[in-house]
Amino acid sequence: MAEDLLRIAGKAFTSRLFLGTAGYPNQQVFLDSLAASGAQVVTVSIRRVDMEGGAEGILDLVRDKAWLLPNTAGCATVKDAVLTAQLAREALDTSWIKLELIGDRETLYPDVEQLVTAAAQLVDDGFTVLPYCTDDPIVCRRLADVGCAAVMPLGAPIGTGLGILNPYNIEMICARSTVPVILDAGVGTASDAALAMELGCDAVLLNTAVSKSTDPVRMAAAMGHAVAAGRLARLAGRIPKRTRAEASSPELGLIGG
Amino acid sequence: MPAKGDRETVTHFPPSGHSSAHPTAAPRVIVIGAGCIGLSIAWRLASAGCAVDVYDRGRAGLGATHAAAGMLAAAVETEPGEQALLPLTLDSQRRWPAFAAQLEAASGLPVDLRTEGTLQVALTRDDVEVLRAGYEFQRSLDLNVAWLSGAQVKEREPWLNPRAAAGVLGAADGQVDNRKLAVALKAAALKAGARLHEEVAVEALSVTGGASTGGRAEGVVVDGALKAADVVVLAAGAWSRLLAGLPDGAIPPVRPVKGQMLALRMDPAQPLLRHVVWPPKCYLVPRLDGRLIVGATTEDKGWDDSLTAGGVLALLEAAWRALPGVEELPIEEMWVGHRPGSRDDAPILGPVPGVAGLVMATGHHRNGILLTPGTADLVADHVLTGRVDPLLEPFGIGRFRK
Repeated sequence: MAEDLLRIAGKAFTSRLFLGTAGYPNQQVFLDSLAASGAQVVTVSIRRVDMEGGAEGILDLVRDKAWLLPNTAGCATVKDAVLTAQLAREALDTSWIKLELIGDRETLYPDVEQLVTAAAQLVDDGFTVLPYCTDDPIVCRRLADVGCAAVMPLGAPIGTGLGILNPYNIEMICARSTVPVILDAGVGTASDAALAMELGCDAVLLNTAVSKSTDPVRMAAAMGHAVAAGRLARLAGRIPKRTRAEASSPELGLIGG
Repeated sequence: MPAKGDRETVTHFPPSGHSSAHPTAAPRVIVIGAGCIGLSIAWRLASAGCAVDVYDRGRAGLGATHAAAGMLAAAVETEPGEQALLPLTLDSQRRWPAFAAQLEAASGLPVDLRTEGTLQVALTRDDVEVLRAGYEFQRSLDLNVAWLSGAQVKEREPWLNPRAAAGVLGAADGQVDNRKLAVALKAAALKAGARLHEEVAVEALSVTGGASTGGRAEGVVVDGALKAADVVVLAAGAWSRLLAGLPDGAIPPVRPVKGQMLALRMDPAQPLLRHVVWPPKCYLVPRLDGRLIVGATTEDKGWDDSLTAGGVLALLEAAWRALPGVEELPIEEMWVGHRPGSRDDAPILGPVPGVAGLVMATGHHRNGILLTPGTADLVADHVLTGRVDPLLEPFGIGRFRK
């Protein structure tokens, strides 16, 4: 079988799982989870890490184990997000940025108007922009149109673990998108991650579902398997759904020729 | 996990209980770090007849010990992934009442141990789900936790937001005034004969022998001069990995984990709370003297020591949602501290394979006050007898070698 690579902005990954770094019981559990998941991309909040990369800080521990995807979590305005992205580029020597522009602290929903504006500015400034957005096909298209390298629609609000609340939208986004689609937020358990891949997503980003599970390392392994399984199922092509039973071994002989 | 033979590199002082050709004099000990861990070890060792010198780059008890909240919450703080720490935290929690009584007697100073218990509180339906999951996890470990209805919660703490929907009581999870603890430990250590050198930075650990053959810590360098010792105890908290002269493999993977906190002033005659209370997104620790500690952010920001509007806002908002009466309370103090966080958040304790005479007592993260009695007793016992208590065994620095 030909190698099935995820390609974003000229980089190729064999794993289609992205892992967040927040909320683990401790850093060792995170490192073990990362290893168990097989994830090759790790997202870190620029606002919440020691940007000097001091020894034993998360940047120090992760740098040689995964591709760093800094994010702008906690930013509420275009100005704030752009500045934070520039800070990340300087400190971490990467032009990749997961753009988060949160509309309010209660819902943690993306503010799409500001998101498109900030994405356009960052693309112009040479960034590889991966925006966290709503599961809205039009918003996703706008983001791709301004030059984002991928889009990251939410499955459900951050941290809820509710799974994919509108699978029809996610499927529609995947079908129409000109850039990779990475499901971000809402995954609660392995089947959610598999479903995302079956719907046509190119990758899944998750955090809380692993970090707050009872056994994060085991859940991380489960997520790695689920994403791989969902991807294989997508590539294999599922059977059409039927409303009536049909025996898998025909009893009346083969029809036709 | 260190290999079985590792601890044989540690010389035993004195070989108690059996005769020996070695002098039976108590070892000379240098302790680096005068926080609650270093001071309590010094107190125990000085009381046992050791000559003990304690060095601290700052003033005694003014690092993480000063910044802490003093919670002794072995049960309600237990989260998935941290089960390995339980034997140590439960053991230390059991030691606390006797330790406090002994320390108060030895120092003549109070430490304000409180045993009303710790109450976790859920305000919304989502909170109840999270609390329930944590409770069931803690029950599965046989921890002393009890589920309370909203009405039972409000009966115990009538000032709480009437929306309080449920709670979990950790009846054995108390608190101590960590600042009073530091003052008492310092007094007790000095009375027992320990010498305390404040604002004297240790420049380096002095180790003889090569890293490959295994060396021996012969003391520390202070002001360019060697201060010799039989045993050096590294108890420098978040600063521990900065000690020069540590051989590879003996550098504890400890980093500063920033926390912002603040204290409000209650009327001690009319306190708003009696239990330590954990609502969502903060904790509230009422002192006997009327201080109400509100903590704490957890930030991986290196040595950054700034109080931020966002940090203080988050704490005050969470406190106010749970306890509306805080609105009227004066803010007495706001501060930043640095927890000594190890890579797995568990402490690094005991002998160091390949470096005889060096003993670790660092990396206690958010459990330093809780783990003070256990650390003091078990580490002092190790220094005196060479024994590594089974409770210490899982926490050697060797576990980070992979």
